[in-house]
Amino acid sequence: MADVAHQIAERIPINLVINGVRRTLDLMPWTTLLDALRDHLELTGTKKGCDHGQCGACTVLVDGRRVNSCLTLAVMKDGAEITTVEGLAKDGALHPLQQAFIDQDAFQCGYCTPGQICSAAGLLAEGHAKDADDIRELMSGNLCRCGAYPNIVAAIQQAMGRP
Amino acid sequence: MNNFQYSRAADVDDAIRLLATDPDAKLIAGGTNLIDLMKENVERPSRLIDISRLPFRKIEETADGGLRIGALVPNSDLAYHPHVEQRYPLLASAILAGASAQLRNMASVGGNLMQRTRCAYFYDTTTPCNKRAPGSGCSAIDGLNRNHAILGTSPSCIATNPSDMSVALVALGALVHIAGPTGERRIALTDFHRLPGDTPHMDTNLGAGEIITAIELPPRGFSRNYSYLKIRDRLSYAFALVSVAAALELEGNAIGEARVALGGVAHKPWRSLEAEAALRGQAATVDHFSRAADMMLADAAARSHNGFKIELARRAIVRTLTQAASATPQSQAHKKIA
Repeated sequence: MADVAHQIAERIPINLVINGVRRTLDLMPWTTLLDALRDHLELTGTKKGCDHGQCGACTVLVDGRRVNSCLTLAVMKDGAEITTVEGLAKDGALHPLQQAFIDQDAFQCGYCTPGQICSAAGLLAEGHAKDADDIRELMSGNLCRCGAYPNIVAAIQQAMGRP
Repeated sequence: MNNFQYSRAADVDDAIRLLATDPDAKLIAGGTNLIDLMKENVERPSRLIDISRLPFRKIEETADGGLRIGALVPNSDLAYHPHVEQRYPLLASAILAGASAQLRNMASVGGNLMQRTRCAYFYDTTTPCNKRAPGSGCSAIDGLNRNHAILGTSPSCIATNPSDMSVALVALGALVHIAGPTGERRIALTDFHRLPGDTPHMDTNLGAGEIITAIELPPRGFSRNYSYLKIRDRLSYAFALVSVAAALELEGNAIGEARVALGGVAHKPWRSLEAEAALRGQAATVDHFSRAADMMLADAAARSHNGFKIELARRAIVRTLTQAASATPQSQAHKKIA
């Protein structure tokens, strides 16, 4: 009966800067960043795939670093800057990765694509990928059940400025 | 996930005090394993104590020329730290062999040491598991045990430790710095993780109310002759069936110092001082590597589905020592095995 013995948790006020906009939320401690984005902020671009950190569909950037938002408690990120796929385009122009995914036909059903693009944005910022093998390895946390991997690698190479 | 309280620790003493007041509380840093286990109802903490803002994020040289790594350093920051890349490339390689880029960005060094087994029965709350529910039995011993341990098992548990990082750390002779209610202590990482025995619910020798503050590496980094080879069911982002960390110091073709540790085969990262001693003073040849492999696996015991691991481990040990001796470490991006 341990559950009964638990005190009822209270909502916790937090501030997040999401895609450049400051948002204040009152969340239960078990609300993941993924659920906060989708269910509390109506930012449904970030997708829930496995909800266990195995598929990468939920990838967002937290303070510029790519993470699995499904395994992140929102209350732990109080004060952080979050970038989701909705925040990548600037001044009406697609992010170079978004344009490259279109140019290279790097998706079929599209469900993994927001996570793929956010993950690739993190990969570009990290600067460790030099060739296609590096890209494949450093993108291995993003699964694509349609199997668009060759075109995803090509899109990331395009965004890296490789012909 | 169950209902739980959330507290943000102000400092390490606050974290220790919070742990003491609530025996069902858990520390959380990166959360990559704990949140997953909570979603599966395997872990049901009354309270999460958020230690992610404590000041354990430094990587600094020690007075003796070693390296002190704060417990909250993200795995990716450690792997790409210039000092680690240059002086402890075995550690960098092992970290990059594990998880995904996202998880490595989130996961802390201390949390990596604390991650639980990925035994499917441990995760499945509808099946008996002595690690999850002591005394309930082990479903793996007569179940699907292809991924399970071949060394150091007990009639209670044949689970494996899933960490890659720890395999390199034990080979490098790392120490774990711990703070607790009675002060600070440090122990060798080889003594940190436990064998299952009849207490498989205890993964480590970390005491109740204790917290990992840092990992310390001795000065010797084996930066020339090393390799980390991980064999798994897909090329990336999978746990090891067998992994090997090997490090040598060569004088000509003679082995001055040798380190060998295995992952994916036991309840703890498996280092063999006996095999290392047997390699010292010998020529760096396949024959001697094979003898070391035989020594490491002399007591290996298979269950119904994991017998292949014994021969796989034997070959992987020889291959990894050969890579180390020839200064051609296994790449974690270009997957062809040299």
